[in-house]
Amino acid sequence: MAKLKDMLVKRESWSDLIMGNYAVARAMIDTGTRVITTFPGSPTPEIAAALDSVDRDKRDYYFEYSTNEKVALEVAAGASLNGHLSTVFFKSVGLNVASDSLIQLALMELIGGMVIILGDDPGANSSQNEQDNRWFARMSYIPMLEPANPQEAYDMYREAVRLSKERRIPIFLRMTTHVCHAREVVKFNGIETGAPDWTPGFDAANGPYVPIVSAVFPLKRKALAKLADFEELGNECKLNEALAPNGSKPVDGKRLGVISSALVAMSVLENLEETRASVDLLKLGITYPLPRKMIVEFLADRDEVLVLEELDSVLENEIKAAAWDAGVDCKILSRKDREDFMGELGPRRTMKILSDVWPSIFDAPAEIVPSKEISPRLPQMCPGCGHRSAFHAIRKALEDDTITVADIGCHSLGFMPPYNMGEVLFSMGHGLSTASGLSIGNDTRKVLTFIGDSTLIHAGLPGIVNAANHDHNITLVLMDNGTTAMTGHQPRFGSGEVGDKIPFVPLLEALGVKFIRETDTYKQATLTQHIRDANAHKGFAMVIARHPCMLKFTRKQRKDMPDLKMPNVRVDQEKCERIYECVAEFGCPSFQKNEDGSVTVSEELCIGDGSCLQTCPAQALWRPKPGGGK
Amino acid sequence: MSSFNIYMCGVGGQGIGMLAEVLSRACLDAGHKIMGCDTHGLAQRGGIVVSHLRIGVEARTPRVPDGNANLVIALERLEALRAADAMLANSGTVIYYDTIYQPIHVRMGKTSYPEADALEEKVKTRGGKVERVQLDGIEDPRMQNVALLGRLAATGVVEGVSAQIIEQALRDALPAKALGANLAVFEQAAEKIDQQ
Ligand SMILES: Cc1ncc(C[n+]2csc(CCOP(=O)(O)OP(=O)(O)O)c2C)c(N)n1
Repeated sequence: MAKLKDMLVKRESWSDLIMGNYAVARAMIDTGTRVITTFPGSPTPEIAAALDSVDRDKRDYYFEYSTNEKVALEVAAGASLNGHLSTVFFKSVGLNVASDSLIQLALMELIGGMVIILGDDPGANSSQNEQDNRWFARMSYIPMLEPANPQEAYDMYREAVRLSKERRIPIFLRMTTHVCHAREVVKFNGIETGAPDWTPGFDAANGPYVPIVSAVFPLKRKALAKLADFEELGNECKLNEALAPNGSKPVDGKRLGVISSALVAMSVLENLEETRASVDLLKLGITYPLPRKMIVEFLADRDEVLVLEELDSVLENEIKAAAWDAGVDCKILSRKDREDFMGELGPRRTMKILSDVWPSIFDAPAEIVPSKEISPRLPQMCPGCGHRSAFHAIRKALEDDTITVADIGCHSLGFMPPYNMGEVLFSMGHGLSTASGLSIGNDTRKVLTFIGDSTLIHAGLPGIVNAANHDHNITLVLMDNGTTAMTGHQPRFGSGEVGDKIPFVPLLEALGVKFIRETDTYKQATLTQHIRDANAHKGFAMVIARHPCMLKFTRKQRKDMPDLKMPNVRVDQEKCERIYECVAEFGCPSFQKNEDGSVTVSEELCIGDGSCLQTCPAQALWRPKPGGGK
Repeated sequence: MSSFNIYMCGVGGQGIGMLAEVLSRACLDAGHKIMGCDTHGLAQRGGIVVSHLRIGVEARTPRVPDGNANLVIALERLEALRAADAMLANSGTVIYYDTIYQPIHVRMGKTSYPEADALEEKVKTRGGKVERVQLDGIEDPRMQNVALLGRLAATGVVEGVSAQIIEQALRDALPAKALGANLAVFEQAAEKIDQQ
C-alpha cells in the first residue's frame, strides 16, 4: 500500500479512505500553503504528524512545532505579512494562549492569506473543558467555516484559502473532534501550485500595521467593513445550504425547519432521513458572520424553526436578533434542557431534542443507562512509566494535609487512585503559580505541585521567575520524561530533538531558583528524600524527577532491536506475603490479582523495566538476568 | 433501510487500529460506502480504545449511536461486556477474544471481573449472539485481532465481506514477514466455527 507521506505530495488527483486531519494536511499541500505552525494537542496532532512525515526534500512548505500556541500563531501571521500563505492549528484551549495576538489579526492586511484551524472538543474527549470557540470568531472579527466531515474539511480549507487570499483576512476553520478523526473516502485535487516563491513581500505601505492611537479606528473600520462584505458573500454561498430531504410539505398545516451546522447538522439529517419527516434543514457552513438575509428568508417561509446547535447558544441568539430586526413571523424554537448544552450531539441526542420540540412528529429514543455493575477502566500510566515511580516515591514524603496541585500532561493521571495526588487543575503551566497563591499566609500546610518538561517551556517559565524571585514557599516537581508524551511524543525543546539541548539546572539557577535537587525517578528512595528536603526548605524549591518516557523508549527499542527481549518481572510465590503493595499502591497495570489471591505478572504488559522490584516489602518480585538465572 | 454499524473495542496496545483499518478496507472492497472513526487522545496503554465503522449511505455521522451496534468486535472480555451493555442493538452479534486485562479497580479489589457467562446472559437479553474466540498456541497476543477477523469472515455477518476479501485486505495491510503467521491464525480462527 502506498505510504501516506508519498500520497500527501502526489501531484495528480487521488482519492482514498482517510481521516479529517490527514485530509486538511493534503489541502495545505495542494493549495501551496507555505508556512505551517502548531503546538500539539488533541484532536489535531495527526495533522502535524502527517506534515512532519513528508521527506524534507519533497516539502514545498516550512513546518514547525512552536513552543506554544501564541508563538505558533505569530510565526504564521508573520509569514503571511511577507506574502506567504500560512496556517496555524492547535486544540481548542490553545486559542486561549494565542488570543493576545489573535485579537489583532483581523485589523491587519494579511497579504499572503492565513487559515487558523481549531480542533474544538465538544464532549471534552481529550481536553480539560469543552469551550465553544465560536465566541472567539465574534470577538476577533474573524470569519469562521465549519466542516461536517473529512471531505468538507478538505473542500472548506481550500475555500478558506481562496477567500483569505482574496480579502487578505484570517479565516477560522473550526473542526471538532469527530470531524478531525472521522474516516471516509475523500476526493483530492491535484497540486496546483509550482515551486515556492520565497521573496519577502513585506511592505509597511500595506498597513498601517501598528495599531496605536490614531490608527486603531481606521483599522477597526476596515475590519468591520470586511466582515460586512463577508456576510454578503455568505448569503449567496453554497457553503450555506438549504436541504429538503423529504420535500417541503407542511406537517399538520405548519411548515417546519431546522437551522444547524457542521456535524450536528449531519445528525439532524440522519434523523430526518430515518423518520421521513417533512422538515427542512438549513445547514450553515459559514457560522460567522451569519448570512442573515438567507436565514431571514428561510424563517419567513416557515411557521416554526428549531435552532439546533452544540454547546452554547451562539447561533440561536444571533438568529433571534436577526428575526426580530426583520420582523419575520416565525416561531423560533431552541434547546430547553440544560443537559443539551453539554457534550456532543450525536443522532440519538438530536432526535431527543427534535422530540422535545415536535413530539407529534418525532419519538424520543429509548434511554440507555449503562449498567453500574460493570467495572470502570480508567486510563493509566504505562508499565514502566517514570511518573508512576515518582508518585509512589513522593507520596511517602507527604504529610496528610499537604495540598497537591496538578498540571497538564500524562502526570495529570496522578490524581486518580491509587496515587491521589494533584487536587486542582486549570491549564498548562498553572500549577506552580496556583500553588504560590495557596502558600501565601499559609504556615501550616505544605504545598507541592508538578510541571511536565514540555509544559515548562510552553508556559512554565514566567511562573518560575515569579515563584523564585518572590520566594513562594512551595515545592515544584519537574516531571521530566524528555518528550511531550500525552499528545503523542512530539519533540520537546531542549531535548536535543529540535535545536540545542537546554540544560535545565543552569537555566533554572539563572532564573533565580536556589534549591534544586535531581534524580532518576526509578531511584525512589532518593526521590523521597529530595522531596522531604524540598518541603523542609523555607521558600521556593524544585526537584527534577527524571526518567525517559518508556512508551517512546520501548517503541524505539522494538524498531531498532526487534529481537531484543527483556525478561519480565516474576513473582516468587513462596516469598509473596499478599501485601499487595505492587497491585494497590504502586499500581503498575502489569500486576494481575488472581481469584485465589495470588499475584502474577502479565506477560503482555510487563516491559521488564524492573521499577517495581524495590516496592515489594517482602522482596518477592524478581527479574531473571537477560542471559537467564536470578 | 438503515446503516449496518460495527463497534470495535479493546484495551490500548491490543491492535485495534489495525483491526479497524483492515475491516474498513474490506468493506470498501465489498463495494460499501463507509464512515467511521477511531478514538484518540487519552488512549494510553491500559485505557479503553474504541473504533466505529458504519456501513451504508444512511450513515452521515461517524460514531455508532448507543444501542445501535449490529456487530460488536471486542478484543477483551470486560470490554466486550461493556459494549454489549451500552452499544449492542437488539439481535446484534458479539465476536470477542476471551482474554483478560484487569482494570485498576479490579486489582484494588473495588470491583470484580466478569465471568464469560455474564456476557452470554447480557447478549441473550438483547436477543443476540455471541462468538467467543480463544485459540491455542497463538504465539503473539498481538495477533488476536487477526483471529477475530478470521472468525468474522467465517460468520459472514457483514454482507458482502467474504473471507477472500478480508484475507486480501490483510495481505495489503501487513508487512511481508508478518504475513505467514497472521494468515495461519486467520485460518485457524475461521475453521473453529465449523466444529461448533
Ligand atoms: C494550551 C494547551 N495546549 C495544548 C494542550 C495539550 N496537551 C495536553 S498534555 C500535553 C503535553 C504535556 O507534555 P509534558 O508537559 O511534557 O507532560 P507529559 O505528558 O510528557 O508527562 C499537551 C501539549 C493543552 N492541554 N493545553
